[in-house]
Amino acid sequence: MEAGQQAGAEEHYQAALNEGRFLIQHCTACGRHVFYPRSICPHCWSERLDWVEPQGTGTVYSTTTVRRKPEAGGSYNVALIDLDEGVRMMSRVEDLPPTDVKIGMRVRAEVINENGAGLVVFHPEDAA
Amino acid sequence: MSLEDLRGKIAIVGVGTAGCGEAPGMSELEILAQAAKAAVEDAGLTMEDINGLCTANLMAAMWPLNVVEYLGLRPKFVEGTNIGGAAFVAHQLPSMLALAAGVCDAVLVCYGSNQRTATFGRKERTAARNLLDRNVFEGPYKPFNPPSSYALIAARHMHQYGTTRRQLAEVAVAARKWAQLNPEAFARDPLDIDTVLNARKISDPFTAYDCCLVTDGAAAYVMTRADRARDLKQKPIYILSNATGVWHRSVANMQDLTVTPSRESGERAFAAAGLGPNDMDVVQIYDAFTINTILALEDLGFCKKGEGGPFVENGAIAPGGKRPINTNGGGLSCVHPNMYGAFATIEAVRQLRGTCGARQVKDAKTAVVNGNGGNSAASQSTSVLAAADAL
Repeated sequence: MEAGQQAGAEEHYQAALNEGRFLIQHCTACGRHVFYPRSICPHCWSERLDWVEPQGTGTVYSTTTVRRKPEAGGSYNVALIDLDEGVRMMSRVEDLPPTDVKIGMRVRAEVINENGAGLVVFHPEDAA
Repeated sequence: MSLEDLRGKIAIVGVGTAGCGEAPGMSELEILAQAAKAAVEDAGLTMEDINGLCTANLMAAMWPLNVVEYLGLRPKFVEGTNIGGAAFVAHQLPSMLALAAGVCDAVLVCYGSNQRTATFGRKERTAARNLLDRNVFEGPYKPFNPPSSYALIAARHMHQYGTTRRQLAEVAVAARKWAQLNPEAFARDPLDIDTVLNARKISDPFTAYDCCLVTDGAAAYVMTRADRARDLKQKPIYILSNATGVWHRSVANMQDLTVTPSRESGERAFAAAGLGPNDMDVVQIYDAFTINTILALEDLGFCKKGEGGPFVENGAIAPGGKRPINTNGGGLSCVHPNMYGAFATIEAVRQLRGTCGARQVKDAKTAVVNGNGGNSAASQSTSVLAAADAL
């Protein structure tokens, strides 16, 4: 990116994650939070989207265990998390067997580095 | 012009399939062309009569060009919208408008895939699609799509409404029992609930039998204005309505995982047809996964939200049950070459013609077809069809 050039929302989001910071958007026109990051608000179509740091807490909205043989890396969790800010994202819940992740479970976000890029994963809140 | 004004103005006059199950050595255009020719001949028309074309494909972004060239057509109306497997149901509304306006006179809807036997097969195709149509907010978590997205939907439905694993299995077993009555169906071995429950797990709560087949296959059908349809070879099957709902792309952006756009498409389609779910003799639901049948039954109004599980219990949607649903065996047991919408439509037409042999629904006069598309029931297209005596 050239000096003075504004990063697009997607690029800004990933750049922050790569530095270990989890940011989501907040629309100052309609007051709603927005995820995934966009150039306009999908609720009121305003361009007035600010970056905010979410609390990082949320609830498992749904969960599945993707079945893989151990020699193929083993089974893993894929979950949908409702952040307390009112937005939903796909992620995974770690620190417990994938089948033990339950709908309604309270979780907390962590930014990890995976394959050279920042990535948001979640842990059970009571394990923190 | 409103949707109501189009009621019964357009008819499906020809249907054809080719290469269903396995078509080794055949390209997708080769089987598509065979299905197209069969549909046109079934109608009593010739390829020269076709001056409208609807087609879509998961690999080629400009697929109508491939088909126009291959079939030697010069269409006045081309529709290549791809909203997933629902597309070949959703192609009806633009076709109805074009036909009613006199822009064209005979529209061919056609599709073909050789995903099962092609050397550039399913694994390579999925990788190529993920590269060209990346989802940076889901890709890193490696959902095994489409199963994982529908599994998330099923898990939420089970949590919210108490839908059981066994009820999902009922859908798979009913589809198999219909397939056993259909000589064209690909999977006809006996299947019981315990076998479904104990099969290889794919993405919880789904086992292999909750997921549609991976087959080759091509399907085509032809539409004309009703006045012309009456002079053609087959008993015309009239389109009373078609409506489509498109709500999202990825499962994380599906507002309520238990409600699909069928709620919207079904409401509009039934209103324009002047009929309701209880008036339907035949029900063809795009069953990409067992949960799809349950969701569609609820969203189309066959039962209340959350009651789809109990609705399908005790063989209720199997042959001999209270509701004949997916009489060809569906995507779960008949055929599923990536996108199934045209096949669901063709089965409804065959039922209304009364040509379904052992699986024929007695005195079938009305049918609803519900297409499903995308990785997470993202698009749904609903059509209400009728034979002449139910117009």
